[in-house]
Amino acid sequence: MALEKVKQVSGRGVFVPGADIDTDRIIPARFMKCVTFDGLGEFAFYDVRFDAEGNLTNHPLNEVRFAGANILIAGMNFGCGSSREHAPQSLRKYGFDAVVAESFAEIFNGNCTTLAMPCVVASAADVAALRAAVEADPQIQITIDLETQKVTTSTGHIISITLPESARDALTAGRWDPIQELIDNNAQIEERAKALGYVA
Amino acid sequence: MGKSLFQKVWDSHTVGTLADGRKQLFIGTHLIHEVTSPQAFGMLRDLGLAVKYPSRTFATVDHIVPTINQDAPQDPLAAEMMQALQKNCDDFGVTYFDLRSGKQGIVHVVGPEQGITQPGTTIACGDSHTATHGAFGAIAFGIGTTQVRDVLATQTMALEPLKVRRIEVNGNLPPGVYAKDVILHIIRLLGAKGGIGFAYEYAGDVFDRMSMEERMTVCNMSIEGGARCGYVNPDAKTVAYLNGRPYVDMSDFAATATRWLSFASDTDAVYDDIVKIAAEDIEPTVTWGISPDHGVAISELIPDPANATSEIDKQSIDEALAYMKLPAGTPIKGVKIDVAFLGSCTNGRLSDFREAAKYLKGHKVAAGVHAIAVPGSQIVAIQCEKEGLDQVFRDAGFEWRAAGCSMCLAMNPDKLIGDQLCASSSNRNFKGRQGSSTGRTVLMSPVMVVAAAIKGHIADARELFDFA
Repeated sequence: MALEKVKQVSGRGVFVPGADIDTDRIIPARFMKCVTFDGLGEFAFYDVRFDAEGNLTNHPLNEVRFAGANILIAGMNFGCGSSREHAPQSLRKYGFDAVVAESFAEIFNGNCTTLAMPCVVASAADVAALRAAVEADPQIQITIDLETQKVTTSTGHIISITLPESARDALTAGRWDPIQELIDNNAQIEERAKALGYVA
Repeated sequence: MGKSLFQKVWDSHTVGTLADGRKQLFIGTHLIHEVTSPQAFGMLRDLGLAVKYPSRTFATVDHIVPTINQDAPQDPLAAEMMQALQKNCDDFGVTYFDLRSGKQGIVHVVGPEQGITQPGTTIACGDSHTATHGAFGAIAFGIGTTQVRDVLATQTMALEPLKVRRIEVNGNLPPGVYAKDVILHIIRLLGAKGGIGFAYEYAGDVFDRMSMEERMTVCNMSIEGGARCGYVNPDAKTVAYLNGRPYVDMSDFAATATRWLSFASDTDAVYDDIVKIAAEDIEPTVTWGISPDHGVAISELIPDPANATSEIDKQSIDEALAYMKLPAGTPIKGVKIDVAFLGSCTNGRLSDFREAAKYLKGHKVAAGVHAIAVPGSQIVAIQCEKEGLDQVFRDAGFEWRAAGCSMCLAMNPDKLIGDQLCASSSNRNFKGRQGSSTGRTVLMSPVMVVAAAIKGHIADARELFDFA
């Protein structure tokens, strides 16, 4: 089963404000009462998109001009807190294909990579510039290139990005889901289990 | 050159290097629960895979369990999740500590209780508070559901190595200062993202003197500081705690104990970073905002955005104060509470209830405060009941509940209503964390929760109780 090689992600961006956006914010725990990940998309950022009475708030994700944006732009420590894969799953199913942020929490970052959704880091100044660009014109085209590690926009911005080398390799080489490789090393796994003694 | 415990455990569990450069790490023990495992079992079925080592995975049900009538959830979704876990464990041959076992509880309470958590091992669980098990000198990771699948199918997962930061706390903690205050203080100092890329090694005589349960409280919140895992080196207390527990092989315990202790960091181990903290500087600490690093000592004021050191800092304070509906620059002490929650994988163990009950005895919960005490496991509940602690809580006006995660994340019926403010012994004060999108959480130690419940507002336990 060959996996897609994720070398570039293109589309439109939306900025979600705030530092330390945790995975409870991305998907409140009450929506995790499920045995599949299907249908999680509609609950992404639910408690900031809707007020307590269920009315739409003025959150950017509710703005018509950002409808269809597939690149999420955010601040520091995005995805902190719970390890729930429901968070990246909900973003993926909501329609996001990549996240650009000042920094990411580690477990979230790894979970996203496994779903072929790159998490790329840009400087605070570059995130601010990207934010300003999409807010000035939500229609601008953004391209994240994982090979050159640049984000370019149709308005001429060129931004340097970073991501862990292993994630970059996994995405661009089409091995972001490691299961087959893990299985293929069965002999070494059994050898390690034996050497450890406590596995029995 | 010596090695840290992290390095020793990492090296001994490395299966090989993957094509993308990550390591394939053997996971000695896998813990699962009802929320993050059903999709992983679904993936196994889709791929036609079995569980590689069924005897190395242990399951329990905790997040969605009602704490009144535990085995009869009114919520059909919760019932479906409980049934799915039962079926998955039956189909794949996994040991399940179910509600009738007498051993059910929060997964991070159950593992140590059963002696499943052992020094020198790797542990993974689809829950970020898995770092708790590091109290035993294990390297314990919170993982996503696709990784749960990987561990089920291969008993391994792909991971980048971590750097190691040694956090030394030396000296004497002042009276009324607990393990919870120590970790809230550390997170406040180093920040919610300060630990990204690191494993935290907690060292120094404060941790040496702590009980195993106190060490669990500290390691539990490593993720709140951004660290992927945290640990305390195993010592005689670790060995004594595990001696005789159900899943400890007692056939040659002396040899087992020697092997466990050999994983402790070498005295000449090299660290990527070292942080030193004086125990005397730590006060009872509570949170004022919406991130676990929004902490203040109980004697301090709620921060004022006017004093912020940067624009980002100012925005963060503004956002937190607006959500918390708290006035800048005023004492945190005296803030009115609506709910008191005692429990969670951070502070839901026997010693937490013993310590809280010791000071609660003879007092009453303030009028208008809804107070609940939720043991971390059925075993904790039974032991508390044997010691009459449940009666102390009931007499004071607390509701004494059955075991589960409860109001820490409110996936069961235990939720805040509207913008209620909760004095909570749990681990996260995120917006909406306790079940209401406008609910407010103030994190603190169990004894501080009791003090707040009695006074009806956030209080300095040292002014209420005699800690001498």
